[in-house]
Amino acid sequence: MTELALPHPHDHTHPSGITRWLFTTNHKDIGTLYLLFSVSMLFIGGSFAMVVRAELFQPGLQFVSPHFFNQMATMHALVMIFGAVMPAFVGLANWMIPLMIGAPDMALPRLNNWSFWLLPFAFTLLLATLFMPGGAPSGGWTMYPPLVLQMGMAFPFLIFAVHLMGLSSVMGAINVITTVFNMRAPGMTYGKLPLFVWTWVITAFLLIAAMPVLAGAVTMLLTDKFFGTSFFNAAGGGDPVMFQHVFWFFGHPEVYIMILPAFGIVSQIVPTFARKPLFGYTSMIYAVASIAFLSFIVWAHHMFTVGMPLAGELFFMYSTVLIAVPTGVKVFNWVATMWRGSMTFETPMLWALCFIILFSIGGFSGLMLGLAPVDFQYQDTYFVVAHFHYVLVTGAVFAIIAGVYFWLPKWTGRMYDERLGKLHFWLSTISVNVLFFPQHFLGLAGMPRRIPDYAVQFSGWNMVSSLGAFAFGASQLIFLYIVVRAISGHGAKASAQVWEGAQGLEWTLSSPPPYHSFNEPPKVP
Amino acid sequence: MESTFPEQIRKLALALACMLATREVWADYKLNLTEGVTSISREAYRLHMLALWICVVIAIVVFGAMAWSIYHHRKSRGAVAASFHDNTKVEIAWTIVPFLILVVLAIPATNALIAMNDTSNADLTIKITGLQWRWRYDYLKEDISFVSNLDDKSAAAAKQGSGIDPRTVEHYLLNVDNPVVVPVGKKVRFLLNASDVIHSWWVPDLGFKKDAIPGFVNEIWARVDTPGTYRGQCTELCGVGHGFMPIVLIAMNEPEYLVWLAQQHAASAKARAGGDRTWTREELLAKGDEVYAKNCAACHQPNGEGIPGAFKALKGSPVVKGPLAEHIDRVMNGKPGTAMPPFAAQLSDAEIAAVITHERNAWGNNTGDLVQPAQIKAARK
Ligand code: HEM
Ligand SMILES: [Cu+2]
Ligand SMILES: [Cu+2]
Repeated sequence: MTELALPHPHDHTHPSGITRWLFTTNHKDIGTLYLLFSVSMLFIGGSFAMVVRAELFQPGLQFVSPHFFNQMATMHALVMIFGAVMPAFVGLANWMIPLMIGAPDMALPRLNNWSFWLLPFAFTLLLATLFMPGGAPSGGWTMYPPLVLQMGMAFPFLIFAVHLMGLSSVMGAINVITTVFNMRAPGMTYGKLPLFVWTWVITAFLLIAAMPVLAGAVTMLLTDKFFGTSFFNAAGGGDPVMFQHVFWFFGHPEVYIMILPAFGIVSQIVPTFARKPLFGYTSMIYAVASIAFLSFIVWAHHMFTVGMPLAGELFFMYSTVLIAVPTGVKVFNWVATMWRGSMTFETPMLWALCFIILFSIGGFSGLMLGLAPVDFQYQDTYFVVAHFHYVLVTGAVFAIIAGVYFWLPKWTGRMYDERLGKLHFWLSTISVNVLFFPQHFLGLAGMPRRIPDYAVQFSGWNMVSSLGAFAFGASQLIFLYIVVRAISGHGAKASAQVWEGAQGLEWTLSSPPPYHSFNEPPKVP
Repeated sequence: MESTFPEQIRKLALALACMLATREVWADYKLNLTEGVTSISREAYRLHMLALWICVVIAIVVFGAMAWSIYHHRKSRGAVAASFHDNTKVEIAWTIVPFLILVVLAIPATNALIAMNDTSNADLTIKITGLQWRWRYDYLKEDISFVSNLDDKSAAAAKQGSGIDPRTVEHYLLNVDNPVVVPVGKKVRFLLNASDVIHSWWVPDLGFKKDAIPGFVNEIWARVDTPGTYRGQCTELCGVGHGFMPIVLIAMNEPEYLVWLAQQHAASAKARAGGDRTWTREELLAKGDEVYAKNCAACHQPNGEGIPGAFKALKGSPVVKGPLAEHIDRVMNGKPGTAMPPFAAQLSDAEIAAVITHERNAWGNNTGDLVQPAQIKAARK
């Protein structure tokens, strides 16, 4: 397994300056690039959300026009999903998978370089639309025709940007699978793979299956707009609802693409700080695999109101609520891992615990949304907005932040400031709930999503939500400060082990690990 | 009176707290789903509460176990880690029990869904058409049809920088000029359709929303059992006016409903008559101004300058200043592939004539042209 062409072990010189980053094939450098890219998109996408919440602070139109409001809401989603969350997970995979399985690098280092460097181009195209006549995409991240076809100049830029992002994700996924299948250290059997690796392999299959579907869907939009086809145009014999089917056939697996690696991260952190092995390792893997399978047969729960036949509605309702079973198994396993452990509550553990609780709340609202007859009320209201922000912000993003605190000492060799980390945690956790919990009330009380202005009975909770949003946004500056300090070499030196309860190959290497690690395959205990 | 930075923050916080604490901000707020006024909405409400309580109970059990463990099994209390890492019996139990809970939820949900889909034996059918950004209602077999727009007061207050406080507008953004009216106790079947992009018709008190999709007809039904006024909104993003196309449904007892029907018949006869006579310049311009504000200004802007790159300017536009036939065609048939919708089915002959007259004479487009309803009628052939 180690006969692959490795960088020459004695060659310790590597290019410095900008060319180091442009031409790098090193998994650690590329991981760093992904993470830096992700954090910059987090702040750009976050600022769009601040515009949205500022406008919704009070009824009436104060700051932006409805047209710009729609652009902000659309761009917020696109940037956060494709620019912040997905690249963050790929960055973590790049850094950690080779260290965890005892491989010297990713299997396809040049492909790795290319997958990353597509992203800055994709997002330059996407963000440039903000400055074009007619503005950025404004039809929602879901890009439903015919509305999306009314877009002006931004349209082809959006489509091409989505193609590039998809290409990047698929190549990243191929790389993960190839690496894990071929480059495990001797003795690192599938039964011993850390859960982060397992969840990522499964995610990679989801990516390979789902992203091309999105590419196909947007290509059909492109030809409908420019080449006179009628895939989604009813007047030409097409079907606008077919787009929704194709989109959500990608879209639902996509939401699991954004949560399965998060499950993996939490499954690394909880045992470490409970000082006890993960409960139900095998059932965790089966749960993730069944969630991945189910994610392909539930898509139409996003479109209960389009007017499907009764049999279709029943099928998608049953399959959707069924996902609650494996999701529940995962949560129970984490709680059982803590049970009779010896717990300490360093910052990564706090984020992970909070993930378990708040993600579960998102799971509960997901279960409610899955009940089709009530979804006829919930659909396209703030209740849905609350749901997907609980699973994506306090789910995916919280897990990413937990992972960063967990591995930052390993990457930089420096401990972050624990007091600041806890401050960041408490401010974020309180404000994120002030931000999103009231949105459940707004949705149930009848406020539709994606509106720039609202009836006055929604004023109170919108104001609360906006205040929470500003506080949550500001709290992330602390995170930025903490990370910058660690990168720039401040803080106490970290040991190789870093955390008392840490187990696994990655913790046997020095902190930071050598530029080329595991050139000699390690012994797996 | 220079205030220091922390002092400014304190003042800001105080100001925000005061805003939050006012009565108006919390006027009429609600926390939960409405029970509504139909069998469907009550079924949805019951199911919602059932699911909610099940979630609350599960949450208490799971988070309770977590909290217990966090408190008792912490290293600082001297807890020593056990080493167990699976237990087949427990794992089977917590797979099967959630499954059984799902069955409990799925049974009433299935029944509710079957009931919702039964649109047979309706007493009355109303066709609803979603348009950017208004609703059109056709009472099939009654020859009544009208368009329902956001009311003028809300529309005025909702303009950016209008200076009107929305709190002073009654039913801000939830009021329309022409509400849809249904009789109480009758099974009303709604047929939904759209002419431009997808919209979604939602009145929470009826218990459902349903998408209005161009090229397709969706069906749903309701039997309202309490007279009253019920408000809702479009719930599918449909462009810049999406937040501004509310729905008002009035449920009337049979006698009042019949009076209303008679009024509608009379009104549509009058409108037809309006299309058969010749209008004066003043009449056309006045009517045209009104029609423009309601139907065109959202995109082309009140000043006719549009939004560059998104919506074409009408001021100085070659179509507006050019041959009349092309202008009439554009307004009646729209421009496929753009946001410009066809208005032929939404507006009467007189309204189309008036708005074209308005456009050809406003904003320095002084062509001097007058368009009469008869010309539009001819163009419809
Ligand atoms: C127990 C598991 C879950 C169930 C049963 C569930 C169910 C649903 C349903 C039925 C909807 C459609 C609601 C509507 O539009 O009316 C929805 C929306 C959504 N869910 Fe979930 N969900 C679950 C978990 C998740 C997870 C883990 C994620 C992502 C990490 C997620 C992300 C989303 C997103 C992004 C949307 C909204 C998409 C949009 O319309 O823009 N959900 N969910
Ligand atoms: Cu989904
Ligand atoms: Cu709409």
